[in-house]
Amino acid sequence: MTSTASHATASHADARRRPAGARARTLALALAAAALSLAALGDAARAQTVAITGATVYPTPERKLEGATVLLRDGVITALGVGVTIPADATRLDASGKIVTAGLIESASQLGLVEIQLERSSSDGRFGTTPTEIHAAFRAVDAFDARAVAIPIARTGGVTSAIVGPRGGLLAGQAAWVPLDDAARPAPPIRAPAAMIAALGPSAIEGGSRGQAVERLREVLDDAAQYERTRAAYDRNQSRKLVGERLDLEALRPVLRGQIPLIIAADAESDVRAALALAKERRLRLVIAGGAEAWRVADELAAERVAVIVDPTDNLPGELYATDVRDDNAAVLAMAGVQVAISTLGDASAARTIRQLAGIAVSNGLPWERGLAALTTVPAAIFGKPARGQLAVGGPADLVIWTGDPLELTSRAEHVFIGGVAQSMRTHQSRLLERYRRLPFVP
Amino acid sequence: MRRMRTLPLLLLAACVGGAKPARPEPPTLDVVEPWVDPSADQVTGTPRARGTKADALRNPAAKAIAITGATLWTATGRRIEGGTIVLEGGSITALGGPETAIPEGARRIDGAGKFVTPGLIDAHSHLGVYPAPNGRGHNDGNEATAPVTAQARAQYGYQPQDPQISRALAGGVTAALILPGSANLIGGQGFTVAMRLARTTDEAAFPGAPATVKMACGENPKRVYGEKTGPSTRMGEYAAFRAAFHEANTYNAKWVRYRRAHQLWKTKRARAEELTAEAKGRGGPPPKTEPAPEPPPVDLKLETLAGVLRGEILVQVHCYRAYDLGEMMAVASELGFAIRSFHHSLDAYKVRDLLVARGIAINTWADWWGFKLEAFDGIPENAALFTEQGGRATIHSDSAIGIQRLNQEAAKALTAGIAAGIAVTEEQALRWITANPAWVLGIDDVTGTLELGKRADVVVWSGTPFSVYTKAELTIVAGEIAYDRARGLPPSDFELGNSAAERNTTPRSLP
Repeated sequence: MTSTASHATASHADARRRPAGARARTLALALAAAALSLAALGDAARAQTVAITGATVYPTPERKLEGATVLLRDGVITALGVGVTIPADATRLDASGKIVTAGLIESASQLGLVEIQLERSSSDGRFGTTPTEIHAAFRAVDAFDARAVAIPIARTGGVTSAIVGPRGGLLAGQAAWVPLDDAARPAPPIRAPAAMIAALGPSAIEGGSRGQAVERLREVLDDAAQYERTRAAYDRNQSRKLVGERLDLEALRPVLRGQIPLIIAADAESDVRAALALAKERRLRLVIAGGAEAWRVADELAAERVAVIVDPTDNLPGELYATDVRDDNAAVLAMAGVQVAISTLGDASAARTIRQLAGIAVSNGLPWERGLAALTTVPAAIFGKPARGQLAVGGPADLVIWTGDPLELTSRAEHVFIGGVAQSMRTHQSRLLERYRRLPFVP
Repeated sequence: MRRMRTLPLLLLAACVGGAKPARPEPPTLDVVEPWVDPSADQVTGTPRARGTKADALRNPAAKAIAITGATLWTATGRRIEGGTIVLEGGSITALGGPETAIPEGARRIDGAGKFVTPGLIDAHSHLGVYPAPNGRGHNDGNEATAPVTAQARAQYGYQPQDPQISRALAGGVTAALILPGSANLIGGQGFTVAMRLARTTDEAAFPGAPATVKMACGENPKRVYGEKTGPSTRMGEYAAFRAAFHEANTYNAKWVRYRRAHQLWKTKRARAEELTAEAKGRGGPPPKTEPAPEPPPVDLKLETLAGVLRGEILVQVHCYRAYDLGEMMAVASELGFAIRSFHHSLDAYKVRDLLVARGIAINTWADWWGFKLEAFDGIPENAALFTEQGGRATIHSDSAIGIQRLNQEAAKALTAGIAAGIAVTEEQALRWITANPAWVLGIDDVTGTLELGKRADVVVWSGTPFSVYTKAELTIVAGEIAYDRARGLPPSDFELGNSAAERNTTPRSLP
């Protein structure tokens, strides 16, 4: 190719004329301005009060405050609103022209479980490769790696916590809701277990059919109920043989009691209906994940208060058992009154794109507020900590300062606070950019 | 010939043991080698018509359309506010401000508040070769039976009624390079398509598009063949690339020798015919003749590779790592072929100077990374850095989901570049999904920009193409409206009576 000049703007040409040292300084500033101020702020924030001022604040997706102040102290929000008195000792962060929302929650992720999908040494997202399909006892939290390279990258997309869960088989195991902060010691999970993960469909049982998966799931829930009723007899070895090992049956107790939701991955309408029937039978707190054809069951899901976690880009008639898909699945569900959460449905490296996914749902008819709710208040409610998805006095200070509309492609998360602490925006990728910003390569 | 040689032998045998007779003169066989061209008996049909570039610019079915009052982003660096563009007979016949003359009878489309761009082009897609629905009967994208299957062609496996085609159209895509997968080192020839539902692959072909070939290095081929025939390492992969091209070189040389020999034989034959005629007149013996040379056997695999060596086929290489990019460039230099572009190329930013110096383009994603080890160093600024270096970058999809939103992916890569202080503009980002992929496919002289005389591949967007909320409202392929948002997705044969795409595509109004 010919000349760089034909493409380069004047500012770039200027940059090339500057001495190397100045260039490096400009670079450092350009790249790390946010990170530097955050780092300084972060240290301060751990001890002090932070006042975010002048922002457009969305305490919840439906409520909008212009020119508001948010005060953070000791990990919680201590004041929020217009005309808040800022304490003299507070570190001020001017967020004029910016938008502040609650930190985003990735509802169905494998962050910290799967770093590199194709490398076995970094794939802890499933029980193993044994052919049995029931692993209710398997806990995501046991293998969760809070230092995973994908976590800071997710944070750059404003994602402050995630529900990380195993997959594979009929009952994959227990998900945990974890914060995605950069603390030196891994923070305790927000909730563990946060949900039980199950799946219907043709791959739930290796070599099995969709009907077989429904039958097996009903059987294991039956036996878990039986175990619940006759634990003493079971322990004395005076029980018929039950499906699932003792630990699996134990793990299903909070599901049967409705203490944690049962997330059933299902795309086909018939599988969604089967899941709904099982949940009604057993009075379970059901959540559908995937739900490509869930819009066809929207009214029934709404009546049973079953939430659905969708990927709004899932619009291909990709499987013969679930071809009735549409772009506006999320919108149709929401219109019927279903609580809709939006997620990558497991892709750890793509967690930062959930806001784009919500934007896509909005472009297909979902109201903007419901789009933001799908990343904040809805998952927080599904997983039993409603205060997590919103900004409220006394509530946890997980929040993001955005350069603009958080669902828009041209906006960025400029500052991310988790537990009141400003997070580093330094990632494997930002470090690579710094190294290769100027050539030649200097090791 | 054979008979002439054996006859004296038989005669010789008959003489053994007899008395010494007078040595008889051997009879003179007055036989002249017949002049038969070996190609005369070969049955040949009509070679597949690829069409010409002129065909790409001509579409008698396309009626005149005038889009008025729109913001025209031409991908040539121009931006015309309140502009008018006229499409007629398959090409762009007028382009300019509000004063632009509109031919009588043209369908007028009010473009107020809308943006008009060239049709988007995806330089890396598997639409049609991995069609929806997913199924054993449908997986035609990887001829994973040997590491080199250069004889395979994506066109042979392209399902022109793939429901994914309509969804790509709804994303403003008007052309794409359909590639074989990356299981193989050399997976076969690519297929450049115009985006439309069709009955046969020839109906979907982009007229006059040059041939392309897909190669892949790194993790995929060694994962697929590691437990089979090999190669199981990068060491084996590059050795196999070199071996394949050396074989192609030998093959090429054989054919060159044959063609020379055949030409020489034909020249000799012409001269011999003259001499025979003269001899007849004189009553003398005809000249000695020789048989026609035998052509070497045709090897379709080596035909493709020889075409690469002759520079007739554009080389598209799937590579991620900087060291793979470097190795592949070295192999290409050694074997004497040019690489048109690297695909995925997540590490391209590290070696952008080397790539740009060789005029090699890259096709990459906005933010995919980490799904395998060789994708671990992907950064969102890749396309922006490559562009700043003066290189041609494209944002490609490699995905039936991603192809629906190339504009959004370009917007993300642009945002990342600007945030990092990289010199990159909206105009360049538009070229990532229009003019640059057109160059990668070798069709930039007919499509990829809004210019007078170019093919009428055009998108009308509801707003700026770089917003998540913007939709393609009209996708025009060769001057015909292939997608109209108001009318919904054109259903594929598969979807007829069978899916939401046919029944209902417009969202119900929300409370």
